[in-house]
Amino acid sequence: MPTFTREEIEHLGDLARIALTDEEITRLQGELNVIADSINKVQEVASDDVPPTANPIPLEAYLRPDVPETPLTQAEALAGGPKTEAGMFVAPRILGSEE
Amino acid sequence: MTNEIVKLSAAEMAAKVKSGEVSSRELVDAHLEVIEAAEPSIKAFLKVSADVAREQADAFDAKSADEKAQLPELAGVPIAIKDMIVTKGIETTAASKILEGWVPPYDATVIEKLKAAGMPILGKTNLDEFAQGSSTEHSAYQTTHNPWDTERVPGGSGGGSASAVAAFEAPLALGTDTGGSIRQPGALTGTVGVKPTYGGVSRFGAIAMASSLDQIGPVSRTVLDSALLQEIIGGHDRRDSTSIPEGPRPMVAAAREGAKRDLKGMKVGLVKELSGDGFQPGVQARFNEAVKKLEEMGAEVVEVSCPHFEYSLGAYYIIMPSEVSSNLARYDGMRYGLRVMPPAGVPQTAANMMSYTREAGFGDEVKRRIILGTYALSAGYYDAWYGSAQKVRTLIIQDFHNAFQQADVLVAPTSPSTAFKFGEKMDDPLAMYMNDIATIPANLAGVPAMSIPAGLSDDGLPVGFQFIAPQQRDEVMYKPAAALEAALEEDWGGPIWQSMNTPWLNAAE
Repeated sequence: MPTFTREEIEHLGDLARIALTDEEITRLQGELNVIADSINKVQEVASDDVPPTANPIPLEAYLRPDVPETPLTQAEALAGGPKTEAGMFVAPRILGSEE
Repeated sequence: MTNEIVKLSAAEMAAKVKSGEVSSRELVDAHLEVIEAAEPSIKAFLKVSADVAREQADAFDAKSADEKAQLPELAGVPIAIKDMIVTKGIETTAASKILEGWVPPYDATVIEKLKAAGMPILGKTNLDEFAQGSSTEHSAYQTTHNPWDTERVPGGSGGGSASAVAAFEAPLALGTDTGGSIRQPGALTGTVGVKPTYGGVSRFGAIAMASSLDQIGPVSRTVLDSALLQEIIGGHDRRDSTSIPEGPRPMVAAAREGAKRDLKGMKVGLVKELSGDGFQPGVQARFNEAVKKLEEMGAEVVEVSCPHFEYSLGAYYIIMPSEVSSNLARYDGMRYGLRVMPPAGVPQTAANMMSYTREAGFGDEVKRRIILGTYALSAGYYDAWYGSAQKVRTLIIQDFHNAFQQADVLVAPTSPSTAFKFGEKMDDPLAMYMNDIATIPANLAGVPAMSIPAGLSDDGLPVGFQFIAPQQRDEVMYKPAAALEAALEEDWGGPIWQSMNTPWLNAAE
């Protein structure tokens, strides 16, 4: 049975890119352990001979006809951006740890 | 005048539009009047799009008789939209701070279809943030109140759409149902709510929560109204790769057939695992009485067993958060929505910006599910949890398959309880999750299901009755649902809402 440690939740917060507060980590630890207990029983019936289901309605993958169409304009695509400049999204720097 | 118009069914409103007795503009104005009077106590809407609705109604009214004749039956009748569905030019937030102020540059396919049908959009309704919850209390903006008792929740996540329709603020609404978010609020507010077959209605423009479970569907006060609406929004869409390449099923004909109240030759399966312990006595009593009604109309009732349903909640709370953690990764402060830079002393990098944006923009329940899903998908745990849950999904599909060998349609209570009080389940996530125990199996298996009112429990609050049909056979549940509705309304001497106090309607008079 999985048990969530404090360090584990901090790590999951990093993976999920959420800067969890100390108080949130404490609360999540209690809640997730209760939830994990209750959902862990799925393993009881998941034997090797049962195939997994990803999509309940299996459809054959198909390609649509390759017809050109007009997508969003640049202005429309940028309209919701928190920061834009000269037709581009402005991102904070990606690399480097020094300010 | 206003009170009489808004209490009509959508089909009755459409008939009056067709005969020229009322215009679409008059319908819109009547509902806007009720919205204004009701909202202080109900709070179903995050945004009322009055100008857009009036403009759309005027455009419809200006059409020629020939043009109007080409449109679907509900043409001219207004509708409210759950704020989980994107609307071009109308702010769409999913009830999250991370999307506050976002105005979509495109329409969802279902919105395009409503516009083409001449149906004005009254506004966007409240929900649990990103449709994650069963009471609408997880909205980042407001709590929606149940019109039957404003000290109680309307269910969730689509509490806004359900309350708006129950309170006569709108004759119709759209919802999204991932684990019961259309049906459970329907049960708690005495309205009709339908989750179509997975792939039956395009999800293009539905903000993604758990993509293999999400489905858009109708909210209404009558079974026929939902059938009419589902035929408009249903059908193939090449922009949704999970969309079934077929037209909508003949649901309106099935609903009209059902109104004749003849169910001879129909086999109704009682799902053994969805009754008894955990269901309130008043809920179980109304359910049992309704089953008797089906028998009286000629249906043969048999008990069926779905032994793996007890694992459905567990499988759901692995698959759903896993998909949530993946889908909600897009809210990264780059292309739309909120951006929060890290505090002084923390490196001002893109990665840190994302972490502080998501910390500030997401609420407790959303964070809980993202963390749980991140765990379920992480190396070392994937097989034990996610792999097992996908296998349970197969077993549940097999349970349905076996049950539909013995019965044409399955029935169960929609929700184990009637509407609960605000705050009652907010500190106990597991208690909140139990609300969806009877609705989740249909999502896992992709089968269609609907909830209709079955009467009032001993606490005076509505009880929901659920029908479940085989995949791509949505019409199969509409017939007995319409029959039961007609039989119950005869007993009650009219629709269930006759028993509801509506002080806001007097104010709108």
